[in-house]
Amino acid sequence: MSETHSVLAHQFDDLEQQFEASTLGMWAFLITEVLFFGGLFTGYAVYRSQYPLAFAEGSLHLDYRIGAINTAVLICSSLTMALAVRSAQLGRRRSLIGFLLLTMLLGSVFLGIKVFEYSHKYHEHLIPGINFVPPHEFIRFHVDPQQLYVFLSFYFAMTGMHALHMIIGVSVLAVLVVLAWRGRFSSEYYNPVEVAGLYWHFVDIVWIFLFPLLYLISRS
Amino acid sequence: MDATPINAHSGTPGEPTPVNYLNVDYGLKSWLLTTDHKRIGILYLISITIFFALGGIFAALIRLELMTPEGDVVSSEMYNKLFTMHGVAMIFFFLIPSIPAVFGNFLIPMMIGARDVAFPRLNLMSWYIYSIGGVFTFAAMALGGVDTGWTFYAPYSSTYSNSNVALTAVGVFILGFSSILTGLNFIVTIHKMRAPGLTWFRLPLFVWAHYATSLIQILGTPVVAISIVLVALERLLKLGIFDPKLGGDPLLFQHLFWFYSHPAVYIMILPSMGVISEVIACFSRKRVFGYPFIAFSSLAIAVLGFLVWGHHMFTSGQSVYAGMIFSVLTMLVAIPSAVKVFNWTATLYKGSVSYQAPMLYALGFIGLFTIGGLTGLFLATLATDVHLHDTYFVVAHFHYIMVGGAIMGYMAAMHFWWPKMTGRLYPEGWAKFAALVIFVGFNLTFFPQFVLGYLGMPRRYHVYPPEFQVLNVMSTAGASILAVGYIIPFIYLLWSLKYGPLAGANPWQAKGLEWTTPSPPPPHNFERTPVVTEEAYAYASKPYPEEAEVV
Repeated sequence: MSETHSVLAHQFDDLEQQFEASTLGMWAFLITEVLFFGGLFTGYAVYRSQYPLAFAEGSLHLDYRIGAINTAVLICSSLTMALAVRSAQLGRRRSLIGFLLLTMLLGSVFLGIKVFEYSHKYHEHLIPGINFVPPHEFIRFHVDPQQLYVFLSFYFAMTGMHALHMIIGVSVLAVLVVLAWRGRFSSEYYNPVEVAGLYWHFVDIVWIFLFPLLYLISRS
Repeated sequence: MDATPINAHSGTPGEPTPVNYLNVDYGLKSWLLTTDHKRIGILYLISITIFFALGGIFAALIRLELMTPEGDVVSSEMYNKLFTMHGVAMIFFFLIPSIPAVFGNFLIPMMIGARDVAFPRLNLMSWYIYSIGGVFTFAAMALGGVDTGWTFYAPYSSTYSNSNVALTAVGVFILGFSSILTGLNFIVTIHKMRAPGLTWFRLPLFVWAHYATSLIQILGTPVVAISIVLVALERLLKLGIFDPKLGGDPLLFQHLFWFYSHPAVYIMILPSMGVISEVIACFSRKRVFGYPFIAFSSLAIAVLGFLVWGHHMFTSGQSVYAGMIFSVLTMLVAIPSAVKVFNWTATLYKGSVSYQAPMLYALGFIGLFTIGGLTGLFLATLATDVHLHDTYFVVAHFHYIMVGGAIMGYMAAMHFWWPKMTGRLYPEGWAKFAALVIFVGFNLTFFPQFVLGYLGMPRRYHVYPPEFQVLNVMSTAGASILAVGYIIPFIYLLWSLKYGPLAGANPWQAKGLEWTTPSPPPPHNFERTPVVTEEAYAYASKPYPEEAEVV
C-alpha cells in the first residue's frame, strides 16, 4: 500500500488517472514532434519538386547499404523497447533492465554508424558550410552544384535532428535503467517506461520516412 | 525580482490566518522551487510584467521618434532595432504567455475543481524555460539588439543582418518550448482532471478558450521552432535552406513562419475572449447567451487559424489562385469571431448590468475588437491589401486586436481575479478611472494610424513626409495617455496588496468553482473535491450560494 502512495502524485486521485494523464501527455507531445519534423519534410518536398534531378543525384551520393543496416538496427530496437514495456507491465524487473539496456545498445549502434557515415561525407567534401566542394564527376545527372548543396543541407538537417532525438532517447532510457535498478517500477506503476516507449517508437518511425526519402529516391 | 510573499493577515487580531498558498511557506526558495500552479502563475505575472515594461519603453521611443517627420531622435539603424525589440518583447514574451501562463495557470485547475495541473513539475519547468529564453533575448538586446523585425524574414535574418539574430533566435526558440509545455499541460489537465459532474458543456468558457489556445500552441509552435532552427543553421553553418544565393527559397521561410505566427495571433486573442465571457456573464447576472456557440467558435477559430497564413503573403509573389483561396478562408474567420461578439451582446440584453472595472474593460474589448476585426476584412481582400499592405493601416489593425483586444482582456482578467489571487480589493474608483484613460489613450494612439495607412504612410520607416505630422503627433499624444493608463493600475494594485480591504471568497457574487474557495485559495485549492451539479453561469438558479462561505 505504501508503495502505491509514494508513486501517486498528489494532484491525482488514483493510479489510473495518473496513467491516463501521462499517456495523453506523451501523445500530445508526439503530435508536437510530428509538426516539428513536418516543417523539415515540407521544406524537403518543396525543394525536391523544384530540383528533382539534384535530389536524385544527391541520393546516389549516400550509401543505401549503410542506411538499410541502420533501418534494421532501429526496427530491432523498437522490438526490444516493446519487450521492455511488456516486462514492465508484468513486473519483471530483470528482463525490464535487460531489454532497456539492449535498446540502448541498438540505439548507440545506430548513432555510431551515423558518426561513421558523417565522417565519410567529411572525407568526400560533401558537408555544406564546412567543407563542401562540388564533386568532380556526377554519378548520373549533371546538376547545378548549388542544388546538390540544398539536398545535402536537408540531408544533414533532417538526419541531424533525428540523431539528436536518438541521443535524447538513449539518455532517457539510461535514466529508466537506474530507476528500474532501484525497483521504482511495478506492474501497477510503469508509466515512465510506457511513455518512453511511445517516444522511442516515434523516433524510429521518423527514420522509416527519412530512409527512403533520402537514400532511395533514384534507385527504382 | 521581489518574491516576498504577500502579507495576507486577516483583519481581526488574535484570530489565526487561514493557511493559503501565499502564507503556507516563505522565502525565495519556496517560490523558485514551487510546483503549485498558483505560485507559478504569480512567477509568470512578475516575469511578463518586466517584459511588458521593456516592450513599452521601446514603443515609447518609437512614438517619440515619429513625433517629427525628420529622423532626429534615433538613427535609422537604431529605429529598426527599436521596432524589432518592441515586437519580440511584446509578442513572444508578453502577449503569448500573458493570459494562459498567468490566469490560465492560476485558474484552470480551480475552475475544474482540481488540486493542481496534471504535470506540476513540467509547469515549473516551463517557467524556467521562459526565463532562460528571456535571458538570451535580454542578452541579445543588451549586446546591441536585433534589427530584422520580429518576423525574422530570411535571407536578411539568415545572411545579411549584422545584429544579434542568432542569440535572439535561440531565445525565441527556447521560449517556444515553454509555450508548448504549457499548452500540453492544459490539454491533459482539462481532459483528465475535471471534478465529478463537470462535463465538457458545464465547463466555464474560459476553459474552452484555453483548450482551443492550447491546441494552437502544441500544433503551431513546433513549426516556428524548426523554422528558427533552420535560420540559425543557415546563419551559423551556411546550410542552404532559405538564401537564394545558397540555392534556397526565401518564400519557404515566410510560409513556415506564418504557419505558426498567424495562429499565434489567436493564441493571443482566444484567452482574452474566454475572460470576456466570464466577465460579461458575471456583471450581467445572466448565463452567457448561446454557450455552445461560443465554445465551438473558439475551436473554429483555432482550426481556421491554421488555414489562413497565406494572407500575409499576398504581395510576396505567391500565385493569385492561392491568394484567392487564402482570402476566402481569412474572411471565414470573421464568422466565429462575430458569433462571439453577437452572443456577448445578447448576454447584455435585459441583463442587470453593473459597470465595475472588469466590466468596463470587457465592454472596451467588444468595441475595439470589433473595429480590429472588421479592418481585418479590408486586409483580407486581395485588391485593397495591395494598397494597404505594409502601411500603418496594418499596424493600426493588429494593435486594435492585440492591445485593444488581448490587453483589454488581460486587464479585465487582472481586475476580475485580483481579489481571488491576493485576497485584497483594489480601489474601485481609480480602477474605473484607469480603464477610461486606457480606452481614450488607446484610441487616440491607434485610430490616426488607420488614416495614416490609408493615406499611404509605410510602416517601419523613421522619417516620413511632413504632411503626415499632425496625425503622428496625435498618435504620440495618445501613447503618452496610454502609458499613464497602464502605470495607474500598476500603482494601485501594488498598493492594494498591503492596504486594500479584504476581498472575501466571492466579492463579485460570481459563479464558478474558483469563487467557492477562500481568497487567497488554500494550497490544494479545495477542502474536499467539489461535485458539480449545475451548468456554468447558473446566475438564475440559486442567487449566491457561496455567500455563506464568505468569511
